Amino acid sequence: MKGRPLIFEMSKPGRKAYSLPHCDVPQLALEEMVPKECLREQDAMLPEVSEVDVIRHFTRLSRLNYGVDSGFYPLGSCTMKYNPKVNEDVASLPGFTQVHPLQPDEAVQGCLEILYRMDRLLSEITGMDRFSLQPAAGAHGEMTGLMIIKAYHQHRGDIRRNKIIVPDSAHGTNPASAAMVGFEVVEVKSNDRGEVDLEALKAAVDDTTAGLMLTNPNTLGLFEGNILEIADIVHKAGGLLYYDGANMNAILGIARPGDMGFDVVHLNLHKTFSTPHGGGGPGSGPVGVKKELEPYLPVPVVEFKDGVYHLDYDRPLSIGRVKSFYGNFSVILKAYAYIMSMGSEGLREVSEFAVLNANYLMERLKDHYQIPYNRRCMHEFVISAQRQKERGVSALDIAKRLMDFGFHPPTMYFPLIVKEALMIEPTETESKETLDAFADALIEIAQEVEDQPEKVKGAPHTTPVRRLDEAKAARNPVLRWKP
Amino acid sequence: MGRYIPNTDQDRQDMLEKLGLHNIEQLYEDIPPEVRLKDSLSLPAPLSEMELVSHMRAVAAKNKIVDEYVCFLGAGAYDRYIPSVVKHVLARQEFYTSYTPYQPEISQGTLQAIFEYQTMICELTGMDVANASMYDGASALAEAVCMACQATGKGKVLVARSVHPQSREVIVTYGRFRGINVQEIGYDDGRVDMEELKQHMNRDIAAVVVQNPNFFGVIELLDQIAEVVHHFGGLLVISANPISLAVLKPPGHCGADIVVGEGQPLGNPLNFGGPYLGFMATTQKLMRRMPGRIVGQTVDLEGNRAFVLTLQTREQHIRREKATSNICSNEALNALAATVYLSVLGREGLKEVALLSMRKAHYAFERLISGAGCSPVFSTPFFDEFLVKVPTPVEELNKALLSCGIIGGYVVEKDYPELQGGWLVAVTEKRTREEIDALVREVSQR
Repeated sequence: MKGRPLIFEMSKPGRKAYSLPHCDVPQLALEEMVPKECLREQDAMLPEVSEVDVIRHFTRLSRLNYGVDSGFYPLGSCTMKYNPKVNEDVASLPGFTQVHPLQPDEAVQGCLEILYRMDRLLSEITGMDRFSLQPAAGAHGEMTGLMIIKAYHQHRGDIRRNKIIVPDSAHGTNPASAAMVGFEVVEVKSNDRGEVDLEALKAAVDDTTAGLMLTNPNTLGLFEGNILEIADIVHKAGGLLYYDGANMNAILGIARPGDMGFDVVHLNLHKTFSTPHGGGGPGSGPVGVKKELEPYLPVPVVEFKDGVYHLDYDRPLSIGRVKSFYGNFSVILKAYAYIMSMGSEGLREVSEFAVLNANYLMERLKDHYQIPYNRRCMHEFVISAQRQKERGVSALDIAKRLMDFGFHPPTMYFPLIVKEALMIEPTETESKETLDAFADALIEIAQEVEDQPEKVKGAPHTTPVRRLDEAKAARNPVLRWKP
Repeated sequence: MGRYIPNTDQDRQDMLEKLGLHNIEQLYEDIPPEVRLKDSLSLPAPLSEMELVSHMRAVAAKNKIVDEYVCFLGAGAYDRYIPSVVKHVLARQEFYTSYTPYQPEISQGTLQAIFEYQTMICELTGMDVANASMYDGASALAEAVCMACQATGKGKVLVARSVHPQSREVIVTYGRFRGINVQEIGYDDGRVDMEELKQHMNRDIAAVVVQNPNFFGVIELLDQIAEVVHHFGGLLVISANPISLAVLKPPGHCGADIVVGEGQPLGNPLNFGGPYLGFMATTQKLMRRMPGRIVGQTVDLEGNRAFVLTLQTREQHIRREKATSNICSNEALNALAATVYLSVLGREGLKEVALLSMRKAHYAFERLISGAGCSPVFSTPFFDEFLVKVPTPVEELNKALLSCGIIGGYVVEKDYPELQGGWLVAVTEKRTREEIDALVREVSQR
């Protein structure tokens, strides 16, 4: 088949890329240690390649990718900001990487200190009282936070509360996380300003409401101006308020979820706090709570007493563990380094420029694309390709065409309440020049849609592969290589 | 302007002007004044790059590290050799600064690497299909339990007590909130107690969960367990140590229905517990029940082989509350590390790592018994980790060892009160005879 070779196709018996020391203990045969019936009959078909084969193969693969260091990456709700290099350096200090998670507390004081300080820093930034750093990603944080909410109601004997309210603009993880925790999902509609409809919310809450999950600013990039009323409605009904921190980059040092009435928050350290996405992970999704929910946090939590840090497992109301050990520690380290580099002024500037950049970009595009909610946005905004769709060109086509201009496309077809949506989040780490170049590209594409729509529909033209047959992949799944 | 912000005061001015605004404040008019922060956040003063590095070095220096101490601690995380190549591949920005490969035309690098990873996991586990990774071994196991319950429509699982205690805790947490009933099955001479299993197995059981080698390092008799589980229409969920799969019979060939495991030993540093990766593989039959991302092969417009995220109708961004799981971000970069590691070690190297570790572990076991007054706890075969009973109080022993440069084994009585004095010792390919002899010497002197 045409295309690039897989590592398995480069394999040749007898080639090797490793070197291991000679065995310096008695060389027992495998069968002397393990009964034959427990042994493999045939080797695993791993490749046999040289070291230079491995390096060239993966270097070649890397060049087919597009990273934040390659260029502008305006993926809405993903906060693809620059990943500072010094943070990579400090997270790879052997003093952090070479520590076993089960060493005694006295031998890991440095690691525990980072976890403890991070809890304090994130609490201050969000206006919460206590954080658990255990969740490994945003969705994992959501699940953990919802477990805390459920445990809280259960402990109070309030066991009928089995519903979580989610706006129709919410991230797909919100309803999925609620289902993971055994909640029923109730969707509330947005109003024509793109915010939660207060009347619909009032109608949705009752004594079975466990809580409301909200992203603020929401996925349209709009601040929910009625947040205090929303909190009031939910709290009066006996529910709790959950903050999806995916869009926290808009309000650092400006406003805090804890001051808006939220009881539980999760943050995405791999978004707001600059840690790299790694091609899909690792992330980190710490969960913060208000005082009364503290007893329910996952075990263990780090405490500081008499000048010594220790892990506290004695928490009878805890929901338990959601993961082994203490979280994605090296991701937490990078985010810690980021906060320590920025300080409070620096973080506020992050949000100010994230918001300024988004508004500037929206302003530059508004005459060329439909802006479904034409009002001040926060750190991201949504445009619609409805107008272009009438000429037969979809949001997908426009996204693909952007690749030919050297840009990563925005998030497509989300939020679900906007047709032909393109969701654009520039972040603060981009210059005016970059924003202008991106706006110019989108404007040129809008012109192409008028003059030569086929060119846009056939895009991308310059990428390592052309458009893929995704239907074929799903219809006839080939999920592994076979010789 | 602050760190990592390229726009200048002049840029800010120009941009505000374009928006018809006078100051940044006006951008935030939608935020009600009652929730606006009145003061600055109370955070430490920002550090310059040099100050940051000094600060981090100073904190790091408070840890004792396996480069300087000899590590015999395992229990789910292992001090293994990581070939230099792994770090160099992971340092490619195109891998580590990219997002989830939702745009396949500019993500073939990540997509092909995941496809290769899935293939390797299938080869190691003997299963049909693997996903692109889970958060870690413990959460992968909990997800496997949820998947088994969904697939069978049953709500009860049996979990071997010889499964890692932290993994069992995570299963209980996940299970508690969705009404999954979890019951433990004891061990007999370190292995799943077959009598107890037969006694508790019935048609209401969705799955039986077994670890191999188990928490004690002991090799389970998977074929026998599978027979019992399948007889009652249950699914067999195995948590496997990936290094052991180079030599041990793959769970897929023993009848496993879902295989997961902790992938840390495949080229990922200890990192105080994370990020690691959970791997997950299953049968063709259960493929569409599997959580997480999956990469599939297809062709592009020009007929070139290419790769793409597929079977996405299982996932949260399409199915919302009806998805198989809520997972989206996974541990892609750690899975890449595993792929590079397995490419470097290859067919022969991985076997050699497994064999070296086993031989060293068996040497350490013999020497601790014969020369240091330890006694065996079980008589069953083990892989590269084993349980012994030590002659002195085990916490004190570890303390004494630490003062002479050794990180001792895991104290199991915290999790297994019935195993007082039990010491779980892991011996990887990194340990030398000299280090093992030193351990034996120190233990014998206590």
